[in-house]
Amino acid sequence: MLLARVVGTVVSTRKEPKIEGIKFLLLEKIDPQTVKGTGDYVVAMDGVGANLGEIVFYAAGSSSRMTAVTQNKPSDATITAIVDAIDVGGKYVYHKEME
Amino acid sequence: MLLAQVIGTVVSTQKADSLKGTKYLLVQTCNQRAELRGGYVVALDLVGAGLGEMVIIAQGSSARQTSLTFEKPIDAVIAGIVDLVEEDGTVVFRK
Repeated sequence: MLLARVVGTVVSTRKEPKIEGIKFLLLEKIDPQTVKGTGDYVVAMDGVGANLGEIVFYAAGSSSRMTAVTQNKPSDATITAIVDAIDVGGKYVYHKEME
Repeated sequence: MLLAQVIGTVVSTQKADSLKGTKYLLVQTCNQRAELRGGYVVALDLVGAGLGEMVIIAQGSSARQTSLTFEKPIDAVIAGIVDLVEEDGTVVFRK
């Protein structure tokens, strides 16, 4: 799974019927040491109800289809967790309450 | 499979994997000499790895081939802790 920040939403009206009603979020991957964006973006389906600005991690590939929301759906990236805290080398580099 | 070093932990209460009592560790890929070389991955810890340890990461659908992760949305697991790496007959890493 890779760490990313929710930076926006992606809206589509004309899409494969199987994925109607599913929310797409725009994620920017982050460097966990600095918690800053790397300029690398991915569109992911939302399996947990993530909000703008939150740090999340997402599952990629066939693993992204193993959530209740995305089962048997044409997904290759699904947000599977909202991150509360990241600790690197025993020090918090990110804590949701600090934001 | 990738060699990586455990550099931290990632805590989450709101998640979609329905796994309880498991831990996600932050790892950075490394070479056979434990020299870090970029690439960070959040991996589910199956073996009780600790900070600074060199581990083996299984990725993709292979990460779901364990009883704990079967049909779960997991794409990276820590499958083992490395004790020793030998290259061309010489030990290049020892725990």
